[in-house]
Amino acid sequence: MYEQSGGRLTVHLPSELDHHTADGIRKEIDKKIMQEGVSAILFDFSNTTFMDSSGVGLLMGRYKMVSYVGGSVYAVRVPEKIEKLLCLANVEKYVHITRGDR
Amino acid sequence: MENEMMIEFDSRSCNEGFARVAVAAFITQLNPTLEEVADVKTAVSEAVTNAIIHGYEGAVHKVQIQCRIEDRKVWIEVIDHGKGIENIKQAMEPLYTTKPEQDRSGMGFAFMEAFMEGLRVESQVGKGTRVIMWKTMGESD
Repeated sequence: MYEQSGGRLTVHLPSELDHHTADGIRKEIDKKIMQEGVSAILFDFSNTTFMDSSGVGLLMGRYKMVSYVGGSVYAVRVPEKIEKLLCLANVEKYVHITRGDR
Repeated sequence: MENEMMIEFDSRSCNEGFARVAVAAFITQLNPTLEEVADVKTAVSEAVTNAIIHGYEGAVHKVQIQCRIEDRKVWIEVIDHGKGIENIKQAMEPLYTTKPEQDRSGMGFAFMEAFMEGLRVESQVGKGTRVIMWKTMGESD
């Protein structure tokens, strides 16, 4: 689920991203940010078919954490429906969102 | 046609997926589009998550969902007997959250409003909250 090289962390999100699944992912990522100096986070949505506002909180919260060290957050392979949700919450102002690979 | 169902489950986060899938299964009799099913699932997920996080603040009690179908319209009520909401208007403002430390985005009610046709929130401090939302299927065809 997590791949890391240098300061870059790739997170392969689960099929359903809700409060239940987001909580564990958040804790795991934050541990890596603190301990291993992650500055870029890439969220891979290729397996994700459901997301609610907990996903918005997950992305924005991680953006806040890595932006302190000048880092960035990317959301890749984002399905159309989820892209709409993210844009409704203005996430695209802070997170690079793409339907493609990067 | 009229049809009703009711489910009650523990306010555990693992039941959020169960709740939205149960409602989605119930409304299939209206032949909704995939988009309409996704909209309803998102809205139910938001309301149930609110009940678990804000209503009961992590304690385990019961969340109830009442669902009613009338012709092509579905009414969904998500009910908790938790702490209630002091200021409903403020709670419904986009980006407003009482739990930023838990990475809550403050977009729950905004998403319910965006994906349903209508939304009403009734709440009493110390008594609990009832979120009532409705949507007519087949409107987007």
